[in-house]
Amino acid sequence: MAVTEATLAEAMAALGSLLVQFLQMALVLALSPLLTGVVRKVKARLQRRQGASVIQPYRDLRRLMGKEVVLADNASWLFRVAPYFIFASTWVAATLVPTFATGLLFSWSGDLIVITALVGSARFVQALAGMDIGTSFGGLGASREVMIASLAEPAMMMIVFCVALIAGCTQLSTIAGFMLSEAVGLRVSLALALVALIIVAVAENSRIPVDNPATHLELTMVHEAMVLEYSGRHLAMIELASSVKLLLYVSLIGCIFVPVGLVHGSAPRAAYAIGIVAWLAKLAVGGTLLAVLETSVAKMRVFRVPNFLGAALMLGLLGVLLLFVSRGM
Amino acid sequence: MISLVALCVLALLVLALLGAVTALMPVGRVLVYGGSLVLCLVLLVAGLASLDTTVQRVTLPLGLPWIGAHLRLDALAAGFLVLIGLGGAGASLFALGYGRHEHAPQRVLPFYPAFLAGMVLVVLADDAFLFLFAWELMSLASWALVMTDHQAEGTARAGFVYLLMATFSGLTLLLAFGLLAGAQGGYDFASMRQAHPTGLLAALVFVLATIGAGSKAGLVPLHVWLPLAHPAAPSHVSALMSGVMTKVAVYGFIRIVFDLMGGPVWWQAVVVLALGGVTAVLGVLQALMEHDVKRLLACSTIENVGIIFIGLGLAMAFQVNGFIAGAALAMTAALFHAFNHTLFKSLLFFTAGSVLSATGTRDLERLGGLIHRMPPTAVVALVGCMAISALPPLNGFASEWLIFQAVLLRPDLPQWGLKFMLPVDGALLALAAALAAACFVRLFGIGFLGRPRSPAAAEAQEVDRFSIAAMAVFAALCLLAGLFPGAAIDAIAPIVDLLLAGRMPVQLADPWLTIAPIAASRSSYNGLLVATFIVVSTTIAAVGIHRLASRAVRRAPIWDCGFPDARPITQYSGASFAQPLRRIFGAVVFRAHETVDMPAPGETRPATIRKTIHDPVWDALYAPLVGLVTWAAEAMNVLQFLTIRRYLAFVFAALVVLLLALTLWQ
Repeated sequence: MAVTEATLAEAMAALGSLLVQFLQMALVLALSPLLTGVVRKVKARLQRRQGASVIQPYRDLRRLMGKEVVLADNASWLFRVAPYFIFASTWVAATLVPTFATGLLFSWSGDLIVITALVGSARFVQALAGMDIGTSFGGLGASREVMIASLAEPAMMMIVFCVALIAGCTQLSTIAGFMLSEAVGLRVSLALALVALIIVAVAENSRIPVDNPATHLELTMVHEAMVLEYSGRHLAMIELASSVKLLLYVSLIGCIFVPVGLVHGSAPRAAYAIGIVAWLAKLAVGGTLLAVLETSVAKMRVFRVPNFLGAALMLGLLGVLLLFVSRGM
Repeated sequence: MISLVALCVLALLVLALLGAVTALMPVGRVLVYGGSLVLCLVLLVAGLASLDTTVQRVTLPLGLPWIGAHLRLDALAAGFLVLIGLGGAGASLFALGYGRHEHAPQRVLPFYPAFLAGMVLVVLADDAFLFLFAWELMSLASWALVMTDHQAEGTARAGFVYLLMATFSGLTLLLAFGLLAGAQGGYDFASMRQAHPTGLLAALVFVLATIGAGSKAGLVPLHVWLPLAHPAAPSHVSALMSGVMTKVAVYGFIRIVFDLMGGPVWWQAVVVLALGGVTAVLGVLQALMEHDVKRLLACSTIENVGIIFIGLGLAMAFQVNGFIAGAALAMTAALFHAFNHTLFKSLLFFTAGSVLSATGTRDLERLGGLIHRMPPTAVVALVGCMAISALPPLNGFASEWLIFQAVLLRPDLPQWGLKFMLPVDGALLALAAALAAACFVRLFGIGFLGRPRSPAAAEAQEVDRFSIAAMAVFAALCLLAGLFPGAAIDAIAPIVDLLLAGRMPVQLADPWLTIAPIAASRSSYNGLLVATFIVVSTTIAAVGIHRLASRAVRRAPIWDCGFPDARPITQYSGASFAQPLRRIFGAVVFRAHETVDMPAPGETRPATIRKTIHDPVWDALYAPLVGLVTWAAEAMNVLQFLTIRRYLAFVFAALVVLLLALTLWQ
C-alpha cells in the first residue's frame, strides 16, 4: 500500500512539474505580444504620440489569423511550412530560457548553445523563405540577414563562452543559480559580455539602429524585406515569432545578468508568484529601455552594421581571452 | 574478421579488372557498382563488428620479401572502415543510376573499385611499405577518376596540380616513416610503436606527417588542389573524395601522431589548433565566393576538415597535460564530426550530381526553382544543407556542440600558447559555423528556390530511383545521427579508448537519451526531445490555426512591393547574395574588389560590374614557387643546345668531381 502511495506522490510531483513547465510555455506565448505592445506604446509616448493600445498586437494577430492567405503563384511548400517552423523553433528556444523559475522539467534538454542554434535554425528557414518567391526584395533581405547573422552568431557564442566559463557550465538553470550566489563578484568579462549581448539582442530582433521594424518600402529594410510576400495567418505566425524572440532575449538578459527573483523549480508553488512578478518587472524595464534606445539613436547604414556587430564580437572575445588568461577577471 | 576484410579488398581489385574488361558493355556498370555496393556493405558490417573486439593481425607473404604485408584491424581501423563502407556503399548505390550519364565509362569503371580498395588498404596497413603503397594506390586511382572528363576546361590543370600535391604528400610520408623506422629499419608499425622518437626527430616526424596527411585532407595552406580536383571528378567520386578520402587522410594523421609517435608535445597541439582554425574559416569564406556548386562543396570540405583538426588539436592539448577526460571528449567530437561530414557531404555531392544530370550545369547562377521540378532532391538537399550548417536537431550540430563543450572545459593549461589558442579556436569555430549557415542558405536559396534562371533549370527532370534512394538513405542517417548522438558517441568510445586510454561517460545509459559530456548540470543536449518539441509545436500551431482561424488560400501574382518584374534576372544571384559578406570578409582576406563601369547618360553600351578575387595562399606561397621552378627551367634550358664536345666535357668533369668526393669522404 505504502509503495503505491509513494508512486502516486511521485507521479503527482511529476505531473506538477509538467504543469509548471506548460505554464511557463503558455506564459511565454501569451505575454510576448504584450511586450511588443509595451515597447511600441513607450516609443510612441517618447515621441509625443498617443500610440496604439498595448494590446494592439493581440488584435493584429487575431485579425491576421482570420484572413485568407494570398500566396504568390510560384510559392513552394517551403514558403508555407516556414512560418510554422520559425514560430515553433523560436518558441522552443524561448521555453528553454528560465523565465520565472529555474530547473524546470525539460530545462536539461538544451543548454545555452542549443538556444542560440535554435534561433539560428529559425533564421536559416526565414532567409530561405525570403528567397522562395524569387523577388529582389526577398533576396536583399535574406542576403543582409545572413550578413548580420554571420557576425551576430559568433558574438553570441563568445557571450555564451564568457558566461559558461565563469559559471563552469552552459546549462542556463545552473548559470542562473551561480549568478545568484556570492561566488560571482564583480567581473570585467561579465560587463563586456553584457554590452555585447545587448548589441546582439538589438541586432537579432531587427531593432534600431540595425534594422527598423516599423519600416516598409525602404531600401534599408532587412527583416521586413524577407517577409514581404507573407500575408494572413502566415504573417501572423512570423509576427508572433518575432515577439517571442524579443521576449526570449529580454528574459535571457534578465536570467543571466539580473537573476533576482528567480525561484528554483522545486520551490513551493506559492514562491512562483514572486518569480512571475519579478519576471514581469524585468520585462517591463527591458521593454522600456529598448524603447528609449530606439528613440535616442538613428538607424545605421547597412554597411555600418558590421562595425557595430564586430564590436560585440571583439568585446565577447576579449572577455573570453581575459577568462582564459586570468581566473579572477 | 580481418581475413574477410582482406578478401573484400581482393574482390574489389578483381572488380577493377572486370570493370576494365566489361567497361563498354552496359552490364559493366551494374557489375562494378553493384559489386562495390555489396562489398562496401560487407566492409561496413565488418567494421561495426570489429569496433569493440580485440586487435586482429595477419601477415601476408606479399610486398617486400623481408617484411611481408602486415595487416591489422583495431578499433581505429574499424572505425574508419565503417566510414569507407558507408560512403562507398552510398556512392555505389547512387552511381547505379547516375552512372548511366557517363559518356566514357571505361575511364571510371576500372578505377572506382581500385580507389575503394586503396582506401581500405590504408586503414588496414600495419607496416610502412603497405601503407605507402595503399596511399599511392588511393592517390593514383583517384587521379585517374579526376581525369575522367579530361577534355573539359580546367580538368587537365586540376589533374596536374592534384598529381603534384599527391606526390608531395607521399614523399613527406615516406620520409616520416623512414625517420620513425630508425637506423635499424623496423618498417612494421609494431616496432615503430616500441621506439618513441624524441626531441628534434619527433618534431621532424610530426611536421612531415602533418604535411603529408594534411595536404591530402586539405589543411591550409596545402589545400589548393582540393577545390580543383574534387569537383572535376564524376559526382559520386567527388562524394567519395570529399566524404571519405579526406577522412582516410585524417586517419593517417591520427595513426602517426597518436599511435606510432606515442603521444604529442604541447607545441604540436598549438600548430594543429592554429592550422585547424585557419582552415575552417578560410575554407568557408572561399565557399561563400564560389558559384560552381561542386567547387563550393569542395571548399566547404576544407572547412569541415579544419573543424575536425580543431577537435584533434584540443585532444592533443588535453592529452599533453594529462587531462584524459577532456582529451577523450575532444577526440570523440572530432571523430563524430568526421562521421557526420561523410554523411552530409556525400549527400550534398549526390544532390549536386543530380542537379548536374538534370540541368547539365553546376553554375549556381543558371539554376533556381528546382524545388518545383525536383521535389525529392530538394527535400534531401535541404536536410543536407541544414545538417552541414549545424542546425539542431541534425547531426552536424551534435558534433559541433561537443567541440564547443571541449573548448569550454578550460582546464588550467600551463602553456601560454595553448591558453591563448583555445579561446581563439572557439571564436574561429563559431565564425566558421555562422558563415557555413550563410553559405548554405545561399546554395539552397539560389539553387533550389526562386525562379529558374535558365531554360535548362526550368525544364529539369527528377533523377532516377537509385540516386534518390541513396540520397534518402543518407538524409535519414543525418537525421538519425542527430536524434541519437549518444549511440554514435558510445560506438566511438572504443577508438578513443585505444588512442588515449580513456573515454567519455556511457551516454546510452540515460533513460531519456540525453547526452551529457561531463554532467547533466553542466551541459546536456537532447536532440530527440528538441526535435519532438519542434515537431509538436509546429503541428499544434498549424492544425490549431487551420481549425480555429482560417484555412483559405488564394493564389495571386507576385506582389514584390507592387512592382513585380517577370524577368528572372531581377532576382538576387549567387554573386549578389554574397556581396555583403564579400565586402566585409573578402576585402580583407581575398582582396576582393569591385569595379563599376557606369555609362554616361546617352551612351548605349551596357553597364558592367566586375569583381576580382585573389587567393591569398596561392599568391603568397604557390605563385613564387611556380615562378622559381619556371626560372630554374629557363636557366637550365641552355644546356639543351650544346655541342657533343661540351657534353663529353661535362661527363668528364662530373666523373672527376665524384671521384674527388669519394676520396675526400674516405
